[in-house]
Amino acid sequence: MSGAHLAGPHRYLEAQVRWRRIEIAFWFCTLLPFVLTPAYLQLASQIAITALFALSLDLILGYAGIVSLGHAAFFGLGAYAAGLLSKHGWGEPLSGLVIASAIAAAVGYAMSFIIARFRHLALIMITLGLGLLLHEAANSAGWLTGGADGLQGIRMRPLLETFRFDLYGRTAYVYSLAVLFLLFLAARRLIHSPFGLALRGIRENAVRMPAIGAPNRAHIRKIYTISAAVAGAAGALLAQTTSTVSLETLSFQRSADVLVILILGGAGRLYGGILGAIIYLVARDQFSGINPQYWYFWIGLLLVAVVMFLPNGILGGLARLAARRQEKRS
Amino acid sequence: MFASLAGVLFDGFAYGMLLFLLSVGLSVTLGMMNFVNLAHCSFAMVGGYVTVTLANSFGWPFFATLPAAFLAAAAASVALERTLYRRLYRASDLDQCLFTIGIVFISVAAAAYLYGTVQQPINTPSWLRGSMQFMGMNFGAYRLFLVIIALAVTVILVLALEATRFGAQVRAAVDNQRMARGLGIDVDRVFAVTFALGGGLAGLGGALAIEIVGLDPAFAFTYLVYVLIVVAVGGLGSIGGSFVAAAVIGISDMAGKYYFPQLGAFVIYLVMVALLIWRPAGLFGKRQA
Repeated sequence: MSGAHLAGPHRYLEAQVRWRRIEIAFWFCTLLPFVLTPAYLQLASQIAITALFALSLDLILGYAGIVSLGHAAFFGLGAYAAGLLSKHGWGEPLSGLVIASAIAAAVGYAMSFIIARFRHLALIMITLGLGLLLHEAANSAGWLTGGADGLQGIRMRPLLETFRFDLYGRTAYVYSLAVLFLLFLAARRLIHSPFGLALRGIRENAVRMPAIGAPNRAHIRKIYTISAAVAGAAGALLAQTTSTVSLETLSFQRSADVLVILILGGAGRLYGGILGAIIYLVARDQFSGINPQYWYFWIGLLLVAVVMFLPNGILGGLARLAARRQEKRS
Repeated sequence: MFASLAGVLFDGFAYGMLLFLLSVGLSVTLGMMNFVNLAHCSFAMVGGYVTVTLANSFGWPFFATLPAAFLAAAAASVALERTLYRRLYRASDLDQCLFTIGIVFISVAAAAYLYGTVQQPINTPSWLRGSMQFMGMNFGAYRLFLVIIALAVTVILVLALEATRFGAQVRAAVDNQRMARGLGIDVDRVFAVTFALGGGLAGLGGALAIEIVGLDPAFAFTYLVYVLIVVAVGGLGSIGGSFVAAAVIGISDMAGKYYFPQLGAFVIYLVMVALLIWRPAGLFGKRQA
C-alpha cells in the first residue's frame, strides 16, 4: 500500500515524519563553526550541550505537557556521575557517558512515580522542591561532591583512545555534536511513534486519554525516565568536556534558564530548544561584558514579549508566517 | 534546653508570620482566578523599597512608612493587573509562570539599577530594638511586634471575609467562579480589589521583613520559593491554610537551621515535598490547583 491511497490523518502523520530539506541544511550548518569561527568551538560545544538539555525538557514539556522547574536535577546528576567516575579512575568518556546517563535515568524512574500522580501547581512545586532538595544534598555532601568549591581532579582519557580533549574545544565540539545528533535522531523517531502520539494526547487532554484506554501514568513514567536519561547525558558531556563540575549544574538558575531557552525557541518542535540555545548563549557571550543584573532585565522583557506576542516561540511564529504566505499564494 | 526550644519555636513562629503576610494575597488570588502570579514578591519588594526611601531620604518615622508601603504595593499590583495580567487569565499555567517570571526579572534589574545591589539599612524605633524577659526567656521586641501585626491582619481578614458582603462575594468567586458570575457578581471587579489587597499585604510584609531578613534586589527571587511553598502547602484560597502552613514552614526552617545547620534549607524542602505528596491540594485545599 502506498501513501497516496491513505486519507487525511495518515497523510498528515507521514508528512510529519519526512525529513525536510531545511532540516538537512540545518544539520550541515552545525559543521560551519569548524570553518567560520574556529576560535569559538568551546562556545559551540556549550551550545550543543545546552541544546541537548533543552531537548530533554522538550520531551516532557513540549510533548507530554509536564511542566518542570527542577530539570537541572538530572543534568547535575549526570554531570556529577561522570565527574566522579573519572575522578576515581574511570576516565574513558563514552562508557562514562552511558553510565552517567543510566544513573540519571534510574533516579528519574524513581521520581517518575511521584511525578505521574500530580498536575498543575502541585506538580510545579514538587519538581521545584525535588530539584532544590538535590541541590542542598550536593551542597552538604562536601566529602563527595566538593561542595561549593565544585568537583576537582577530573582527568579524561582521550576520546576513542585517540582524540585528546584539546584547549580549543575541537574534540569537545565533535563529541557533543555527535551525541546531540544521535540523541536527536532517537527523539525524533520516538515522538513520531504511536507512543509519541499518545504523549501529545496527554498534553492536549489528560482526562480523555484514559477514557480511550491509554495508560497515562505509565506513559508519563516512561517519557520522564527517557528525558532524565537525555538530561543526564547532557550533564555528563559538560563534565567531560570542561573537566569541572560545579554546584551550579544543579541550581534553580539552570532549570529556569533551560525553560527560557526552550520557550524562546518554541516548545514541542524538537528544534525549538536548539534554536533557543544558539540565540541565548551567543547573546550572553556577546553581552558578557555588561552587568549580569541587566542581562536578566532583557531576558525578562523577552519572556514577557514571547508570551504576549509569540505564544509558540520563535519557531511557532515562523511556522505561522510560512503558513500565511502559503495561503496567500494559493 | 527547654528555653532554647521555646526560643526556636517563637522565632520560627515570628518568621512564619512574616511569610504569612507575604503569601496570603497570592493564596487568595490564585484560588480565585487560578492565576499563577510568581511576581507576588516583587510587590513585597516595592513595599520594602518605599519604606526604605521614605525613612532614609525623607526622614519619615518607621510607622508612617508602613501604610505608604501598603498603598504603593497595592497601586502597583492593581495597575499591573488591569493592564497586563487580565489578558492572561485564560492562558496556560506555563504561560502565566513565564510571563510573571519575566516581570520578576525586570523588577530585580530595575531595583538593582535604582538602589544598587547592597542591603538596604532601616532604622526602627528604639523600643522595638530590645528584647523582653518573660519566664526566663528572651523575646525579641520586633518579633513580638511582628506576631501581633500578623495576628491582627489575620483577624481582620477572617472577619472581612466571613462577615461582609464583599467577603461573601470573594468566597463565592473562589469556590465557583462561573456560578458566581451567573449570580451577577462582578468577578473581575472583586478580583481587582482582592488583587490590590493581596499586593498591599505583600508590600506591608516586605516593609516589615527588612529588619529581619534585609532587603536587596534578589528579595523577589529568594522569597518567591518560600511564598510558593506556603501557598502550595496551605491550599489555594484558604486563609487559615496559609496561616498554618506559614507557621509550620517558619518553625521547621528555623528549627532546621538551629539544630541541623549543616543541612541548610534541606529540612524545609523535605517538609514541603512530603506534605505535598501526602496532600497534593494542600493542607486545607478543597480542590487540586
